[in-house]
Amino acid sequence: MTNYLEFEKALAEIEGKAEELRAMARSSEDMDVEKEASALDKKAADLLKTLYSDLSAWRKCQVARHPDRPHCHDYIDALFTEFTPLAGDRNFADDLSVMGGLARLNDQPVMVIGHEKGNDTKSRIEHNFGMARPEGYRKAIRLMDLADRFGIPVVTLVDTPGAYPGKGAEERGQSEAIARSTEKCLSLSVPLVSVVIGEGGSGGAVAFATANRVIMLEHSIYSVISPEGCASILWKDAEKMREAAEALRLTAQHLKELGICDKVVIEPLGGAHRDPQKAIDDVGKAISAALGELSNMDAKALRDNRRRKYLGLGSKGLAA
Amino acid sequence: MNWITNYVRPKINSIFSRREMPEHLWTKCDECGTMLFHRELSENLNVCTNCGHHMPISPRDRFRTLFDAGVFTEVSVPDPVEDPLKFRDQKRYPDRLRAAQKKSGEKEAMLVAEGEIGRTPVVVAGQDFSFMGGSMSMYVGNAILAGAERAVETKRPFILFSAAGGARMQEGILGLMQMPRTTIAVQMIKEAGLPYIVVLTHPTTGGVTASYAMLGDVQIAEPNALIGFAGARVIEQTIREQLPEGFQRAEYLLDHGMLDRVTPRGEIRDELITIVRMLMKEPPAIKGDLPAPEPMLEPVAEPAAEESPAEPAQDEDEPK
Repeated sequence: MTNYLEFEKALAEIEGKAEELRAMARSSEDMDVEKEASALDKKAADLLKTLYSDLSAWRKCQVARHPDRPHCHDYIDALFTEFTPLAGDRNFADDLSVMGGLARLNDQPVMVIGHEKGNDTKSRIEHNFGMARPEGYRKAIRLMDLADRFGIPVVTLVDTPGAYPGKGAEERGQSEAIARSTEKCLSLSVPLVSVVIGEGGSGGAVAFATANRVIMLEHSIYSVISPEGCASILWKDAEKMREAAEALRLTAQHLKELGICDKVVIEPLGGAHRDPQKAIDDVGKAISAALGELSNMDAKALRDNRRRKYLGLGSKGLAA
Repeated sequence: MNWITNYVRPKINSIFSRREMPEHLWTKCDECGTMLFHRELSENLNVCTNCGHHMPISPRDRFRTLFDAGVFTEVSVPDPVEDPLKFRDQKRYPDRLRAAQKKSGEKEAMLVAEGEIGRTPVVVAGQDFSFMGGSMSMYVGNAILAGAERAVETKRPFILFSAAGGARMQEGILGLMQMPRTTIAVQMIKEAGLPYIVVLTHPTTGGVTASYAMLGDVQIAEPNALIGFAGARVIEQTIREQLPEGFQRAEYLLDHGMLDRVTPRGEIRDELITIVRMLMKEPPAIKGDLPAPEPMLEPVAEPAAEESPAEPAQDEDEPK
């Protein structure tokens, strides 16, 4: 059962009809509906192409948050071998919204760390919808530190609505944990490659994505604030999220132009969830290529590379 | 000299300005409601003489009382690209900037200066909450970097007074990217073996706390300052419970181990001198007001903004 987004309503109807026809044909053998059904398929395919040829910023936000979109767990399962989860921040707890551990990518050891949102009610609650608490960032810091000491490259997968706004999270220093995680990203002497696979929600994303190479999926987003939050502050109306999404320039394409994102990985037509295997494979290739580019750089070159990248952001805007 | 200019005009002027006069001379404490005479209030560093409530103080006013004899030199800050995203909500971003400049008489939300405190050479940055909520823009990023570079160059400690609602939404992702950029500035100071002292003032939240404002070697806060990552309203909506009394206030953070000290504004100067001189292995300083240092630095009296005659702004402000 596909989950359709609000703007895919017409598509849902057509695909639903084709499905219905085929179901009818299966129940009575003498019916031949294939011709009609494939006509509907074609119509659906055309519509899908039209819809996705020029997605608005807000629609991209919806695709980036699609419940069926492949999540961190899916990428780790498919791309890495010998994944060995490592848990806990050694201070307070293990935060399940951040998963991480040692793994092999093309047989090479890496440290993989990412936000996991979960994919059904139970796992979403368990993973806190991908919203990390200080423990999550401190776990990430610990794992990055471990990787650093053993010269193992770090790969981060970013998919979070933002850091968790909670009482305990504040009491235990949410902001300090994020700041230290960003600082750790910048000081690593090993390559750091980051992929925004869905939502790059504000500081919660920066803490993982301050990398040598930032890769973004075609319909992923990365923003200072959610469009809804921005709309409610600047427009005083949360319903103005479409305008806010547009104004924030939060798409992978805009970030590429601004030099924050280094590479955009094209998604299967209709979004990564329509062909997860293909999307995951393409992300894998992009990570390998990025790690390859960085493999000859020494500790200082890697740190300088990150510094140059982020120090440069302040001198360039979008073309009018 | 005649009857009209000497008698009628003053009379007319006094009629029109009569209602505003008391407001210029008297400020009502928003905590205890006491009417405070403006001169007395500014002599007390905008701290209520009745209840000790800390009211906002502009970086320029703070610097006048912080540096020996009020003498300091501004550190010049490179201009970033203006309006990099061509951001427009209900107003155009450049219009909001102009309004903020007109209202505050300052160019941007951060002022950086060098000078001496207790005969100790320092570089100081002050964030201005009255300028678009103190929000972290590319200019603010440039200011912190300029301050850090100056500190490293002259081997001086770097002191930063924070006050901000977070990253500047109108600069979108580029506002957010000031988190890693300013973190690099902090690293530069630390690598040079120089102290970095943060004084958190009311309010400091969002991406600012999640970067440079929480990375100080020593973390001081003014009494009752609101300090946190997420806004209290957002947290209450998320956890659906009432937050405790004093939540996210300086004293609450001190209790939870997130700060070194909570210090009243009037004592901060002496405290900074003491700490900085010990970290710099200098002998104890002479406390209290000191005459201007030798050789005389250029006194800075005029605000930096070019097109800003001090004039009350008509536009409403939108602190984030």
